[in-house]
Amino acid sequence: MSFDQFSGTASYIASDDLKHAVNVAVALARPLLVRGEPGTGKTLLAENVSRALGLPLLRWHVKSTTKAKEGLYVYDTVARLHDSRFGDGDVKDIARYIRLGPLGEALASDHRVVLLIDEIDKADLEFPNDLLLEIDAMRFRIDETGREVVARERPIVIITSNNEKELPDAFLRRCVFHYIEFPGRELMQRIVRVHHPDLEDKVLDQCLEVFYGLRATPKLRKRPTTSELIDWICALRKAGVDLARVGGGIPFLGTLIKTEQDVELIGKRAKA
Amino acid sequence: MLVDFLFEMRRHKLKVSTHEWQALMEALALGLHDSSLDGFYQLARLVCVKDISEYDAFDQAFLSYFRDVKTDALELARELQAWLADPHLLAQLTEEQRQALRAMDLDKLRELFEQRLREQKERHDGGNRWIGTGGTSPFGNSGQNPSGVRVGGGGQRSAMQVAEERRWKEYRRDVVLDVRQIDVALRGLRQLGRDGADEELDLDETVDETCKNAGDLELVFRPPRRNRVKVILLMDVGGSMDPHAELASRLFTAASRAGRFAKFRSYYFHNCIYEHVYEDAAFRQRVPVSELISHSDRDEKLVVLGDALMHPAELLDPGGAVYFYANNRTPGLEWLRRMAHHFRRAVWLNPEPDRYWSGTTVEVIGSVFPMWQLTLDGLAGAVRYLVRGGARPTMPNPSNWARMGIG
Repeated sequence: MSFDQFSGTASYIASDDLKHAVNVAVALARPLLVRGEPGTGKTLLAENVSRALGLPLLRWHVKSTTKAKEGLYVYDTVARLHDSRFGDGDVKDIARYIRLGPLGEALASDHRVVLLIDEIDKADLEFPNDLLLEIDAMRFRIDETGREVVARERPIVIITSNNEKELPDAFLRRCVFHYIEFPGRELMQRIVRVHHPDLEDKVLDQCLEVFYGLRATPKLRKRPTTSELIDWICALRKAGVDLARVGGGIPFLGTLIKTEQDVELIGKRAKA
Repeated sequence: MLVDFLFEMRRHKLKVSTHEWQALMEALALGLHDSSLDGFYQLARLVCVKDISEYDAFDQAFLSYFRDVKTDALELARELQAWLADPHLLAQLTEEQRQALRAMDLDKLRELFEQRLREQKERHDGGNRWIGTGGTSPFGNSGQNPSGVRVGGGGQRSAMQVAEERRWKEYRRDVVLDVRQIDVALRGLRQLGRDGADEELDLDETVDETCKNAGDLELVFRPPRRNRVKVILLMDVGGSMDPHAELASRLFTAASRAGRFAKFRSYYFHNCIYEHVYEDAAFRQRVPVSELISHSDRDEKLVVLGDALMHPAELLDPGGAVYFYANNRTPGLEWLRRMAHHFRRAVWLNPEPDRYWSGTTVEVIGSVFPMWQLTLDGLAGAVRYLVRGGARPTMPNPSNWARMGIG
């Protein structure tokens, strides 16, 4: 298998560093941990790796209440009790009440898959540690039935984190880590082009000028990101606003700036 | 030896283990570093560094280990860049040639590089010895030597330039914090227990009860797990704390967030704690400290936020309080001791950088309260101590100084 497997897709522009990171993770068969500002396309990365490599994608969106075991499988005891009470189905067959979670499915799959573990930092502090064994050995056991699930092909695991919580060292040791930097102007131009292919160069330049100007505003609580820029341009075009002719204020500021304090701050600076 | 780079990284407090080092070696064997220093920089960072706050330390380690390579490259740069910029067609190497080239190690390579550089007088393309474009010499651009040193080119900034720039500096962990970071650090401050309304399905009990009920489904609920930690926050306001007011308010915002702790109380004081603390920052609502102590459970967590900087007399003398009407009969230090004694776990967070602590009242107070600087690291340390106990930070013994200070 060649090394340079992933090189972005038509609708997803990845920086060279990011492509390299994905390829290293695939070559070393280790999970890739991506962090970065919200809106830098962390979650989209997994979708596009799956598309570029032609592998199915399994998603596991982690929430604050998610337990590690749920990713492997869930044993629906209440359904079984219910069935035994009302005589529905074969209660003796426990396997019928075992439902595989996303990680379990990825390991049980006959062919290679891409597994996205989204926002791993949202769950309990110990959550990543509970996954260590399964990620290392790529196998797990369903205690209720005694079935041992062993992965035939190591899935490509992509984990995203918003940097909210520190992840445990033991977990980090097993990952390849990449921080998605906020795209520079040139890369951003290419990204916007993907979404608005027929945008005039001059207009794009003006938009980026305003956008990076906003991002550079000191003391901003939440700086606008890529997805907001794309929404903003979309709004500008739908309304047919010409940036060059609008004096002073920024039209549709609400698509870029999302907190009251920031709107106030931008207003003050515009006046000054 | 490249392994020195591992120790260089560890010297810069990067948590690199053999685990990562082996992965890096594996990756190098697979040729993932693209046979260049830039590639190596990328690869080593991917595999060895796990947090953006450590990128800066990595840059420093990289710089100090590969410094020599860099100075050489810089001297070269001006002359070489020009003709390295237009690579000629790559020579197609045989497998044997590649094998032979692979054998060179970095030290030897560096040595050779400098030597060649001294000898070489002109532009060179192709061939297997001189620095130039194409060819199989270990030095130059667009060549095919797998263990070679790349000189510029590639259209990207070199690893050295990237490292030199140190643009990850602002992500370092030991700088001051915003509310969200404090939030995250405080999440560690919890001890879970079950109380409140029954909202969660208790599976084991449900099975038990259903069996006892002869198979008739009997659902059992229990209260969800909640944080049981109770926190008292004492904040120093005014005077020397004014520059830290913003930071203090961030800590307060994060700590007082609803639902964070089972119970949260906050009080204010000025400079040092004497008979009273205050419920408001304007010092109108007095609360006697003795009352505060007697009304608080020993297991509540006491967090004091202050710079602990004052005139020694304010801390050590009876009647030393800055307000003349608050003629305290018991010195401030004694009040601090009483509090530190009452609470099983109490910490002092100091916004003042720890390099300014020595030889001041900070050290005296630091010997009473375990003290951390209010940074991400410090806060994490304090939270760990509040939950699990364990080692407290060491303070130089202040007794000598204290004697001197009072005279």
